[in-house]
Amino acid sequence: MAKLVYDDNGRLIFTKEMRKENYTILIPMMAKIHFEIMKNVFVHYGYNCVLLNTEGPEIAQVGLKYVHNDTCYPALLVIGQLIHALQSGKYDTEKTALMITQTGGGCRASNYIHLLRKALVKAGFENVPVISLNMSGLEKNSGFSLTIPMIRRIAAGLIYGDMIMALDNQIKPYEINKGDSQTLVDKWVTKLTKTLADGHGFTKKEIAENLDSIAEEFSGIKVNRVPKVRVGIVGEIYVKYSALGNNDLEQFLYDQGCEVNLPGIIGFALFKVDNRMEDYKLYGGSRAKYLIAKKLFSYLSSLEGLIIESQKKFGFRPNGSYEHTKKLVKGMVGYGSKMGEGWLLTGEMLELIETGFENIVCTQPFGCLPNHINGKGMIRPIKMLDERANIVAIDYDPGAPKVNQENRIKLMLAVAKEQLEKK
Amino acid sequence: MVRIGLDIGSTTVKCVVLDKDNRILYQTYERHYSQITSKIAELLKTIKTKIPDGETAAIAMSGSAGMGVADACGIDFIQEVYATRVAANTFIPNTDVVIELGGEDAKILFLSGGMEVRMNGSCAGGTGAFIDQMATLLNVPIEQLNGLAEKHEKTYTIASRCGVFAKTDIQPLLNQGAKKEDVAASIFMAVVNQTIAGLAQGREIKGKIVYLGGPLTFIPQLRAGFDKALNTAGICPENSLYYVSLGAALCADKSIDFDVAEKKIEEYRGTGNFAFNKPLFNNEKELEEFRERHARAKVKKGSLDGYSGNAFVGIDAGSTTVKGVVTDAEGTLLYSEYLSNSGNPVPIVKKFLENIYTICPDINIKGSAVTGYGEEIIKNAFGVDLGIVETIAHMTAAKKFMPDVEFIIDIGGQDIKCFKIRGGAIDNIFLNEACSSGCGSFLQTFANALGYSAEEFSKIGLLAKHPVDLGSRCTVFMNSSVKQAQKDGATIEDISSGLCLSVVKNALYKVIRVSSPRELGRKIVVQGGTFLNDAVLRAFEQEMGTDVIRPDISGLMGAYGAALYAKEMCSDKEQSSILNMKKLESFEHKIKAINCGGCSNNCRLTVNTFSGGRKFIAGNRCERPVTKKSPDDSFNIYQYKLEQLQSYKPMEGAKRGKIGIPLGLNMFEMLPFWHTFLTKLDFEVVVSPFSNRKLYLHGQQTIPSDTVCFPAKLMHGHVQWLLDNDIKQIFYPCMSYNFDEHLGDNHYNCPVVAYYPEVIHANIRGIDDIKFFHEFVGIHRPKDFPKKIHAELQKLFPDITLKEVKAAAKASYSEYEDYLKRIRDYGNDIIKRAREKGKEIIVLAGRPYHADPEINHGIDKLITSFDVAIVSEDIISNKEAKKVKTGVLNQWTYHSRMYAAAEYVSHNDDMELVQLVSFGCGVDAITTDEVRAILERHGRIYTQIKIDEITNLGAVKIRLRSLLATTNNAKRNSNI
Repeated sequence: MAKLVYDDNGRLIFTKEMRKENYTILIPMMAKIHFEIMKNVFVHYGYNCVLLNTEGPEIAQVGLKYVHNDTCYPALLVIGQLIHALQSGKYDTEKTALMITQTGGGCRASNYIHLLRKALVKAGFENVPVISLNMSGLEKNSGFSLTIPMIRRIAAGLIYGDMIMALDNQIKPYEINKGDSQTLVDKWVTKLTKTLADGHGFTKKEIAENLDSIAEEFSGIKVNRVPKVRVGIVGEIYVKYSALGNNDLEQFLYDQGCEVNLPGIIGFALFKVDNRMEDYKLYGGSRAKYLIAKKLFSYLSSLEGLIIESQKKFGFRPNGSYEHTKKLVKGMVGYGSKMGEGWLLTGEMLELIETGFENIVCTQPFGCLPNHINGKGMIRPIKMLDERANIVAIDYDPGAPKVNQENRIKLMLAVAKEQLEKK
Repeated sequence: MVRIGLDIGSTTVKCVVLDKDNRILYQTYERHYSQITSKIAELLKTIKTKIPDGETAAIAMSGSAGMGVADACGIDFIQEVYATRVAANTFIPNTDVVIELGGEDAKILFLSGGMEVRMNGSCAGGTGAFIDQMATLLNVPIEQLNGLAEKHEKTYTIASRCGVFAKTDIQPLLNQGAKKEDVAASIFMAVVNQTIAGLAQGREIKGKIVYLGGPLTFIPQLRAGFDKALNTAGICPENSLYYVSLGAALCADKSIDFDVAEKKIEEYRGTGNFAFNKPLFNNEKELEEFRERHARAKVKKGSLDGYSGNAFVGIDAGSTTVKGVVTDAEGTLLYSEYLSNSGNPVPIVKKFLENIYTICPDINIKGSAVTGYGEEIIKNAFGVDLGIVETIAHMTAAKKFMPDVEFIIDIGGQDIKCFKIRGGAIDNIFLNEACSSGCGSFLQTFANALGYSAEEFSKIGLLAKHPVDLGSRCTVFMNSSVKQAQKDGATIEDISSGLCLSVVKNALYKVIRVSSPRELGRKIVVQGGTFLNDAVLRAFEQEMGTDVIRPDISGLMGAYGAALYAKEMCSDKEQSSILNMKKLESFEHKIKAINCGGCSNNCRLTVNTFSGGRKFIAGNRCERPVTKKSPDDSFNIYQYKLEQLQSYKPMEGAKRGKIGIPLGLNMFEMLPFWHTFLTKLDFEVVVSPFSNRKLYLHGQQTIPSDTVCFPAKLMHGHVQWLLDNDIKQIFYPCMSYNFDEHLGDNHYNCPVVAYYPEVIHANIRGIDDIKFFHEFVGIHRPKDFPKKIHAELQKLFPDITLKEVKAAAKASYSEYEDYLKRIRDYGNDIIKRAREKGKEIIVLAGRPYHADPEINHGIDKLITSFDVAIVSEDIISNKEAKKVKTGVLNQWTYHSRMYAAAEYVSHNDDMELVQLVSFGCGVDAITTDEVRAILERHGRIYTQIKIDEITNLGAVKIRLRSLLATTNNAKRNSNI
């Protein structure tokens, strides 16, 4: 076990020594495809990362035990998953660190890392360091730094994840040979794992080539395009993407015979960068910081463009760009609404409806504060704008039983099916 | 072909068989007592005989409990709301709105003008089941509830969020002597409000309205309630119970082979795939050992018959039960009674006393004490010598069993009380909040719903193999979790033990928030009626990993403690003032309900008059109706804040006309700023009044999220008030950031405060027809502010110049500073005066908007009535020289103040901090733990009060009295 070093505030630091001792770094799961691919960036930089694939009700139970029960569900699950892993005996807790993201916004999510530390103390793991993964310069660690080349690689991983997820969702419900799409997903996750772990596949040129290859292969799958109910999923980022958080909503909808559309994570990334520019416009501030954000924004924006282009080229139906989504929301919610998913959540609903996914599941943790505003709060004006909108808001919570959630979703689907038959 | 529709609801099964002309050939409505599959199989057998010879039959299933079964048996499943819609469209064309209440669901269907279907969210559940629970509480058969309500004279306000909340309102009403008739009507009103507030979500309910489902069919008064609230006359059609099954039948197109279906249903056993815990006992032997161990914790018992020494009486008038004991001077238990409350404790206590006098006519009662919810009424009714706060009573009793007890946990019918004891005094108190209170009585209700008595039910779970894991949430969730588990194949034994476990988990992880027994100490006494249940006791020991003591009079501990207390306090008294046999014979009790009218709160008072002219008034929030004097507000910063806010008046004849400000959320602090700003810009600023119930109800139809905090919900009422008063311009800006007071790492507003104007804009009808300023503004950057807000103002008010805005901004910043200074000066003066008089100071910490009387429910006045001074967090938040070190990200301005205040209180022994927390406040999940940590780091007590729509102050009173009793004790001890 490496020496424990604390900063001035008493925070346990992840030190160079720990890195040298090859500490295992545990990462909680969110979006499966994306995280599988992205973790390889850390592997490439020599970190010994383990992405947690654990599931089951014990995770929430562990979370409930160590975190304030009124805290949002994602915090319970993320912290529950990490502590559950530490308690499993699989990892040498004297040589293990944890990693968690931190956005730094006005939502309670910025506090996950602190809640995690409190929970670690309660569970008797106060010597396990926690690494904050953020782009706001919060919490420095001598043994870990997020460099620009790393950010570029992570962004690439994100793009690949978005692409594979989107294509799988567009193909799977229609494939003639069941399992074709999944085979390709697995193939590309494995392939990109190697590419990124070897330090390749992150330049724009490489990304464009890879995206085209992916699209080309998916377009080769034999499909039967029968009309199906189309359902979009929006919501708080964790319960939107995490099967653990949303009781495997994607699979449920697929089993119900639907085509699912989950707008990509790149939109969220762009949104978070754009917020800094909007803050500058709304309230004033440092021009230099504004320009840095702008640069990052246009880089990410160009990557988003690659997905759209490649999908179009091979006959897929891409979701609208971030810029387009932003336009749609104008007049409904202000661009200053930035906490959590902010106006983007409303925007994605509008964009989905425009793309032909007027049936929407709006997911949120029970009591999610920003979603009171941009989720449930905006359903009325959306319906006034477009009568077809068929939105169901679902709360996720350790106590919310699946049967109630599914019953509500089925109601939305019953209406959707009726509409489909009318067409 | 005939069509069969089955509706498997949460408590009942409904079935119809339709011929080809949609005529009903057969129909049935039965309770299934959760034996779903066998009931379906039985039904199918019956139906088979009803099918005309030679006809084929198609079938479809609906209902929340039918989902899994339908899939497994190859029967089509139709979602129930959808089924209702199909039936309504067929049988009652031109229906505009359907309101359907079921066992656990509430639904509204808008059929005309943009079809929409709404179901209650997972939090607002409980309608039919809720009415059932309330009937149990009132101790009347559900059939009589309607008759009672017909005879009501007035209604009380009962929280309309969820069943558990309403229960906390009703119980004290009953204990205070409210009439059952009035309570019954109030219960129906609560259901009506809950349905409308939870489901309408901005849409008006009008036109041809149809009522469906069990409760609305069987309870005309409930329909009348809806008629009144919606100002309409809805219809309850023939077959109103069967609409879901009718809809299912209409959708049925898959023909059924009865033999195959029956076989499949009989084979259906669920997936067996539910989460479970380890068994409570692995075998009979373990159970025996457990029972023997607990049989040892016994109190010494004697007999009352022929007893001639001094006697002491203790009474615990609890929420659902009344307990009474008689002891001798050594604490020997001579006599005891444990009785169900049945809604009114007075006659029960009377009978208890009569029994004593009958058994021992010459008894010499030297002292008596009463505790519990009914403390005040019983004390007044029977001339009991002493009242004692419950927590102290329980501690007194526990010490008798374990003098060095470190932790006491008491789970009663309705509340959980836990306290840590250090140095012989109560060191920390945990009480359940309104939201998780369904504990003990909840087990009983559940047992009854499944067709068992509470006792039987707890026994069958003791040897369950796989106790279901039901989580640790509220009753409403639990209902659905149980349904799910049953469907997954859990046995009734598994469910029984699972429920007991969840009661324990609720207490440990939600109320006390422990993660290991270390935190509670090793010496634990458990008590309260719920621990008489061996399964609960075992689950507690198992969860904590330690053996505990359960006194054999576990359910009587409050009363026993009261008797011991009476003995201690009345030792030099000749005789108790408690009514003797003779006075008891002429005992009378009259109840009258009136409106106070002493102030704008307009409290509903229940006036109890007893023989001999003794009087007891309940329902009041202040002492005015009792003492006929205005309360003394000179030590109350909350009242001073209200006065200050009221001093911001409209400037008549302003050039730019009237502009409205809704007085809620952050406006409670920003009013001085914006009022000045807009007045300088030549607007006549009209401010909405302080909130009241009526104002809230006027806006509740437009609330889109039923789980948002109450202060946010009130905003709808405020804006509606402005619109109703013909205000054509409203100013309510979005603010991500608040002022930077340099107390934290950032200075955000919480998301709800920051962006609520967006919700108002999106959901209130008519807001688009006026000028509604809800742009984003940044007051945290005074230099940029004028230019930025000028640009935004231009969109609505193009004639406002930058020069004007600059001047107005300057005045606003300065007025805001002045306002804060005035508040702080006055607060400091309160502190100074209190210190001079040796008064205790309570820092009632919350958000600025907690000053609203409808939000704090008069808690400030309640506190000052205990003769203590009260200041708010902002008075002392600037007194700490350094930023407080926190274990969390300290990034919200209002919350940073609380951390700073907590730190300051820690260093000042004459101050206690009480934190007000709004239900549903996500941010406070973080702040409460942190404020507690700061205080406890310095060995101080943390007290939290959760507030919502609830108007009952009973629990709050207990908490505050316990706090004060504890601090007084501590002081007395330190003086020795």
